[in-house]
Amino acid sequence: MKYTEEHEWLRLEGNFVVVGITDHASTELGDIVFVELPSVGTTVAKDGEVVVIESVKAASDILAPIDGKIVEVNEALVDEPSMINDDPTGNGWMFKMEANDLSQLDDFMSEAEYMKFIA
Amino acid sequence: MNKTALHDLHMKANAKMVPFAGYEMPVQYPLGVMNEHLQTRNSVGIFDVSHMGQIIVRPKSGQMSEAALALEKLAPICLLSLLKGKQRYTMLTNSSGGIIDDLMVANYGQYFLLIVNASCKGNDLNHLKSNLEESCYVENINNRSLIALQGPKSESVIRKLVGDSIKMQFMDCEVLYLAGIECWVSRSGYTGEDGFEISIPNESVQFVTSLLLDDLSVELIGLGARDSLRLEAGLCLYGHDIDTQTSPIEASLSWCIHKARRVGGIREGGFPGSKRILHELEHGPKRRRVGILPTGRAPMREGTILFSSANKQEQIGIVSSGGFSPTLERPISMGYVLTKFSQTGTEIFGEVRGKLQPAIIDKIPFKSTNYKK
Repeated sequence: MKYTEEHEWLRLEGNFVVVGITDHASTELGDIVFVELPSVGTTVAKDGEVVVIESVKAASDILAPIDGKIVEVNEALVDEPSMINDDPTGNGWMFKMEANDLSQLDDFMSEAEYMKFIA
Repeated sequence: MNKTALHDLHMKANAKMVPFAGYEMPVQYPLGVMNEHLQTRNSVGIFDVSHMGQIIVRPKSGQMSEAALALEKLAPICLLSLLKGKQRYTMLTNSSGGIIDDLMVANYGQYFLLIVNASCKGNDLNHLKSNLEESCYVENINNRSLIALQGPKSESVIRKLVGDSIKMQFMDCEVLYLAGIECWVSRSGYTGEDGFEISIPNESVQFVTSLLLDDLSVELIGLGARDSLRLEAGLCLYGHDIDTQTSPIEASLSWCIHKARRVGGIREGGFPGSKRILHELEHGPKRRRVGILPTGRAPMREGTILFSSANKQEQIGIVSSGGFSPTLERPISMGYVLTKFSQTGTEIFGEVRGKLQPAIIDKIPFKSTNYKK
C-alpha cells in the first residue's frame, strides 16, 4: 500500500489502483454522513476533485492521487457512508482507477513513511 | 486565547479543542459528534458554556420594576410581569429593528441575570451600561462559570447533588446548593431537551462538574453536538440565523414580542426598531426563517443559495444553518426564504456544489422538544 500527503491510500490490484482514505483521516474527519462518487468512465487529472465526503461537521474534497480514468466506484458507500469510519482501508474503499502512468505511484509514501508523517 | 475554568478537565478527557469566540473550547471528545448528540437525546450530556456572558442588572433604587422598565427600553419583552424565579428568552434590538443579541433574562428577586452570547458579550455590556446607567448597576460576572446539563435524565442527575426533589419547571430559575456550592440554576438549555443551565463559582466548577460526571448516565459533550442538537430543535445561532440585519419577525420569533409591547398593548413599542418590528408583525415580513428538508442525502450548509425552481432563474433565499441530523438520520437546514415560498410543503431548490438539489419547506423544530412543563 502507498500513502499520499492528502491521507489517501493506494493499493495496486492488477493494472488498477484502488483508492480510499486512511484510518487517521477518517478519525480526523469524524462521523461521515454523505459521499458523492464520480461516474464510472470519468477521466481525472492528478489533484482534481473526485469525491465529496461530508462529516457531521463539514464537507471535504478527495483528490485524484494520479492521472487516469475511474473504472469502478464503491456504490455501497452511498447508502452506508459510515463504512469509511468503520473500515477505511477495506470496505470503505472509494474508487478504482486505471492509471495513465503507474510510475506516478513511486512518489508516494510507504506505510512506515506515512506513520512518521502523521506522528 | 482565553481558557475556561474547566480547561484541565477537557484536556484530561482528550477533547479536541478549537478557538471559538476568543476561547479555546472543546468541539468534541473521543465519543465523537454523532454519539455525543445521541447521548444527549437519550441520556444526559454536560456542556461547558463558560464562554457565554453572565451579566447582572441590579436596580439602584432596589425596586425591580425600575430595572424591568429600563430593560424594556432595549428589548420587546414584558419584564414587569416576569415573576421572581422565572426566566424569559428575548433579544436586544437595534434602531433598524435588527438583533444585537439574543439572550435569557432571569428574575432572581433583587436583580436580573442575563445570559448572553460569547461573541456579543463585550458589545452587550457596553450597550447595557450606556443605556441603563441612570437607574441600574450593570455587573459583568467573570468569577463564575456556566455549564449546561441536558437530556431526559438531567433531573435525576442534578437531584443527587441537591439532595432533594427538584420542583423547578421549564424556564424557572433559583439558587440551589449542589454538593454545598451555591449555584444559580435555570431549567433551560439549547438542545430541545429537558435540562439545566448552572452558574458555578470558578473555583468550584471543576469539583461540581466532576461530581455530575460520576453518574454513569452522564458524558461530556462538545460544541459540535451542541450545534446539531440546537439545529434539530430549531433554535437560532447568533451571527448565523439572526444578526443585526434580521428582525425578530423575519426570524420567526414573533412569539417573543410580548402582547404588552405590541400595537394596542399597554406599553406599546418603546424598544429600538419598534417601528419596523411592529409593522412586520401586523403586515408580515418580506422573508421568513423556515425549516428546510433536503430531499437527497447531501447536506445544504450555511450559505447555500435557494431557488424557486430547478431552472435557477429566481433566487428566493439562503440557508443560515444546515447539517446532518443524527436523530432523523438525514440532512436538515434552516434558512430565509421570501414569504410567498415559506409555506410548509413548498418545493424549493438549493445549489450544492454547482448542482440544484430539491428540498421541501418544513416546520421547525424538526424534532419535538422535551421540556418539563
